[in-house]
Amino acid sequence: MNPAAPNPPVATPFFFYGLAAVMIIGGILVITRKNAVHSALALITALLAQAGIYLMLYAPFVAGVQIILYAGGIMVLFLFVIMLISIERNMKERQFNKQWLIGMVAAGALGGLFIAVYTTTTKGHVLFPEGRVTYQDMQNTQGVASLLFSQQTGTYMFAFEIASLLLLVAIIGAVVMAKKRI
Amino acid sequence: MVHISTLHYLVLGAALFLLGVIGVLTRRNVVIVLMSIELILNAVNLNLVAFSRYWQGIHGPAALHGQVFAIFVITDAAAEAAVGLGILIAFFRNKETVNVDEVNLLKW
Repeated sequence: MNPAAPNPPVATPFFFYGLAAVMIIGGILVITRKNAVHSALALITALLAQAGIYLMLYAPFVAGVQIILYAGGIMVLFLFVIMLISIERNMKERQFNKQWLIGMVAAGALGGLFIAVYTTTTKGHVLFPEGRVTYQDMQNTQGVASLLFSQQTGTYMFAFEIASLLLLVAIIGAVVMAKKRI
Repeated sequence: MVHISTLHYLVLGAALFLLGVIGVLTRRNVVIVLMSIELILNAVNLNLVAFSRYWQGIHGPAALHGQVFAIFVITDAAAEAAVGLGILIAFFRNKETVNVDEVNLLKW
């Protein structure tokens, strides 16, 4: 921890492991619950815990976007669609498909890959940064905005415009898909 | 006091990614498959923001590229959710079901 930082983070392991546990349990509930509404509520809980993790990583703007867009926008859309389709009949049906064994094998292989990558050591160090960086963040939102919009440092201006085009296409696509007759 | 490093966040992201993959591969309900895709995208976002913080430690507080990428990923997630749920509504109108393995018109 950098002692020069005016406001060093307190009890970081406590909050990290608490939020991580909420996220993992929420994720497990998402993929195991029979009722899709329960899954959606578990996903909202996991996403809010992830916003807390973002705050721990000094990313307040991303945390706010996470809460507003995910927990507030996308999840409301999910719940709305769950209400539109009939879940009563679906809850009486089989919840896992016939390929679940192959699926678990594939996921296990991916997990083995992750474990192999994260435990690989070169010269006694893992491949990924172990150190912790603490600095005092004051202008996170301004920094993000200057990367996105500024003329001098706006590396991502074009990508931002492309993203707006993507959203326009998504709006039109959603309307075309969901409307009965165009 | 335990040392919370960037690697901790990466392992948490990997665990979430795996949960999402298991959900996509094993569930039948399309809504829950889409939610699992959201889990995967969030795991990627977590990695991006964790690496952004590490990068800031090297290049100063203005190096926020990871967070900008996370915002783009969130934009993509919103677009994907809107289109995916639109497809789901069209699908439910035609087949009266939300199970992925009952959609096999395009299956050879």
